[in-house]
This record gives sequence, C-alpha cells and structure tokens, in this order.
Amino acid sequence: MSFQTAVFYAFSLILVLAALRVITARNPVHAALFLVLAFVTAAGIWMLLEAEFLAITLVLVYVGAVMVLFLFVVMMLDINLDRLKEGYWDYLVPAGVVAVVMLGEMAAVLVGKQLGAEAMPAPSPKPETYSNTKELGKLIYTEYVYPFEIAAVILLVAIVAAIALTLRRRKDTKYVDPAAQVLVRRSDRLRIVSMPAEVAAPAAPPEKAAP
Amino acid sequence: MELFTQVEQWFGPVWPLVWSLVKIVAIVLPLLLAVAYLTFAERKIIGYIQVRVGPNRVGPKGWLQPIADALKLMTKEIIIPTGSNKFLFLLAPILSIMPALAAWAVIPFDPNLVLANVNASLLYVMAITSMGVYGVIIAGWASNSKYAFLGSLRSAAQIVSYEIAMGFALVGVLMMAHSLNLVDIVRQQQSGWGLVSWNFIPLFPMFMVYLISGVAETNRAPFDVAEGESEIVAGFHVEYSGMAFAVFFLAEYANMILVATMTALMFLGGWLSPIPGIPDGFPWLLGKIAFVLFLFLWFRATFPRYRYDQIMRLGWKVFIPVTLVWLIVIGGWMQTPLWLWK
Repeated sequence: MSFQTAVFYAFSLILVLAALRVITARNPVHAALFLVLAFVTAAGIWMLLEAEFLAITLVLVYVGAVMVLFLFVVMMLDINLDRLKEGYWDYLVPAGVVAVVMLGEMAAVLVGKQLGAEAMPAPSPKPETYSNTKELGKLIYTEYVYPFEIAAVILLVAIVAAIALTLRRRKDTKYVDPAAQVLVRRSDRLRIVSMPAEVAAPAAPPEKAAP
Repeated sequence: MELFTQVEQWFGPVWPLVWSLVKIVAIVLPLLLAVAYLTFAERKIIGYIQVRVGPNRVGPKGWLQPIADALKLMTKEIIIPTGSNKFLFLLAPILSIMPALAAWAVIPFDPNLVLANVNASLLYVMAITSMGVYGVIIAGWASNSKYAFLGSLRSAAQIVSYEIAMGFALVGVLMMAHSLNLVDIVRQQQSGWGLVSWNFIPLFPMFMVYLISGVAETNRAPFDVAEGESEIVAGFHVEYSGMAFAVFFLAEYANMILVATMTALMFLGGWLSPIPGIPDGFPWLLGKIAFVLFLFLWFRATFPRYRYDQIMRLGWKVFIPVTLVWLIVIGGWMQTPLWLWK
C-alpha cells in the first residue's frame, strides 16, 4: 500500500465517522462542528486527486464562510432535544425511501460500467508548472461561459430575493446618515459670540480656615 | 557540507520528514520570538505616543519584559468555568493559533526561500486564515458566558464581512500578476524602476481596503468590538487564563505579522528594493513588515473604537463597492495603451 492510499483511507475513515456524528450528535453545535471536520477532510481527499483549486475553495467557502454563519445561527437557537425526537417514527418511512434511492444512485455510479472505477482512471501526475486554477478558469470563461453566467445570475436573484423577503423596516429604529454627519460644519452647530468684558472680575473671597 | 550528507544518511528514509520539520521550526521559532517582541514594541510605542515610557523594569531598558510575561502566563492556572464544554474550551485556543502558523508554509522570504512554493499559495493563505474565526466562535460558545458569547458573535459577523472586501482586493493583485503564486506576485512588481512599479500605486484603493480589512480581520483597534472592554469586558476570551489566554494572544499577534507580511508581498514589492541600483533581499521585506506593523500600533494609539453598526457599514457599503468599482477601472485601464505597469 502506497503512502497516498494510506492517507486516502485515513481521510475516508475520518470523513465517514464525522458524517455519522453529524446526524447522531445530540448537541446541534457539536453536529455543526463535525460537519466542519467532514468538509475539511473532503478537501483533503480532493487534494489527493490533485484538484487543489476545488479543495482550497471548499475550505474557503464552506468552512470559512457558510459554516461560520451556520454555527452563528445554531448557537443562538434554544433547541429542546426531546421535541426534536418527537416525529422520529413518522419521518422514518419517507426518509428510508430517500435513503434507498440515494444508495441506489451511488451504487450505480460506483459499480456501473459507464461510470465505475474503471471508466474513471486516477488523474495522471501533471508537471509542476501546471496550474489547476488557470485551466479551470479557461474552461469556465470560454467553453462553459453561458451556463456559468446563468448560474451566477440565478444566485444573484436568490440573494436579492432572500434579502427582500426577510428585510423588515421597523418604524421606531433610529437611523443616522453618515453623509450628513460628515458634512456638518462647525458653523452649523456652534455660534461663537464676541462679548466684551464689562465688569471687572470680583476679588476672590477670603479663604476660610479648614474645619 | 560533508557533515550534512552524513546526517542525511544517518536518518535514511525518514530524512525528508526530519528536514521538513527542521524547516518548519526555522520559520516558527523566529516568528514566535517576533510575536513576543511585537508585544513589547506595542507597549513601548504606544507608551511613547501617550508620553509615557512603557515597560522599563525587567532587564536593561525593559528588554526582558516579554520573557517575564511568558513565564508568568505559563505558571498561572488555567481556570475552566463550570458548565463549560471542557474539550471545546481547550480546543478553541489551538484552533486559533493553528491557522495563524500554518499560513506561513507558503510565505516566501526571498525568491528561493520558501517552505512550499505552491501554485495556489494566495488561495491557500486565504482559506487557512478564514479558519481562524473558529477559535473565536468556539471559545465564546464553550465558555458558557454571555459576555464571551456576545464577543464571539460580533467577531464572527465582522470577520466574515471583511473577508469579502479582502478577497476582492486580492482579485486586483491577481489581475496584475496573472498568478496565484506569491513568488510570481512579487516578481511581477520588479521592473528596474524601484518603488513606482509596486502594486500599491495602480491598486491604491485596494491597498487601503486590504490594509484596513487586515486590521479588522485581526480584531485590532479600532475594530476590536469583539473584546470591547467597556461593554463586554474582554469578549470571547474573558474566561481564559494562563497559557490558554496566552495562546489567543499569540494567535492575534501572529495574525498581525501575517497580514503585514501579505501586505508587504502583494502591494509593497516584498523583498524588492525601493531604489534602483540597491540590491533586493530579505532585509527589505523585514523593513516593510515592520513598517506595516508600526501602522497597526499607530492606529491603535490614535483612533477610538468604532461602533458596531459603523463597522458593518464600512465593510459592506464602502469597501465592497470601492473594490468592485476599482476592479472594473483597472480591468478597462489594462486594455488601453495608457497602462504603464508592464
């Protein structure tokens, strides 16, 4: 067994265990943290496939941004663990059907002739100057430019829609306009009046003896 | 040299591993020493800015102060709050120092002096540093304290927001260099004209955005609402003591040095000399890092802390539009004969 195979199996073991803990952990924060571990390990496996751009992007986007916000929300929720278990048996049948379908799909990919392991050989090692990122960029922005742009527009619409649906303006919130704040000049707020001194200052009162 | 080959033979097949470890230690040890003396420099510089003398009791002129601090923190007890999650509580400082040190694997100090010269080194640095926020979030949650929790929420939202502006600023650097490799990014700034060929002139708005976002990313004043002493005591690390606290401290300063180094490499020409005729080299990089670090300390001594909504506004409504507009400007400018850099 080569070193890479050993690393692959180690990563796979961690990945599967972490994924299992995501659904079995009782505490939702622990579950989210195991999901982070699963993402990082998956990135490691992609790195073994020499897909360094995808691996780093997985860490950057999912671990660095998406899961942070996820954790952010999960930490603030006050989740009652007993109520979570309530509908367990009702959901079991539809969930089982979905699980069987997913298993079938995975088996088709892994065992089937067209898509199986023989049809997808491991990538041949590339020279050191080969830039994964550059090749991916070339493909995305030439051959697949329309699908890529359409996906981008759909995402943009989704962002706008999500914000528009959740944004509620409260009437009693006080807003400040930074532009107006910056434009304020001294003369708008302060008036300096020249007042000639008319009466000479009175003499200081005689100092009292300390009690 | 003969001794070197002898040592290599003695280790046999594990030699590559041992040699890598030696190189890692050669980077991390000076880095930790720099962190220790950065804390000293901070106290001294802020002291002088505020017309004080700063620490001057331990050793000659106070030069042994960081060592004394380290000894004190190492011998203190680590108090674990009741009701806290012990495993995560102790994991959090490790999670915050790990990215701060791991990012140094791809930082070049010289055209040839780099631990791992990978093609996507810039992306690697971004991905690794984006993991640093977990230390803060987990610390806040595992402490089982409201102050710590509020601090970690503030910090998470702030870091995620400023990462976007930072990422866009880096896109400008990529457009200049046509490469994600940090060595190539520095090489592209070399032209024989010295200072004027560095990226900070054509990318000036992005340089400013990157520098200020760097201050925000590292939770430094004036963006240190995550530890705002006046309202939430010390934020996410309020429950930490002893070495666990010291590790957070180390991570913050190691991140500062990292951001300063990245600024120096990407915008200030790395190891290139500013004046044509004077040879390039590592001392230039050191000087630039020290300059950016001095700016960090200067900011802290000068500006009052931002209000939280002002921080969010600056990140989302000022920095991101500025970088987006400048991306278009620079993209168009590059296509015209008026483009001077290259």
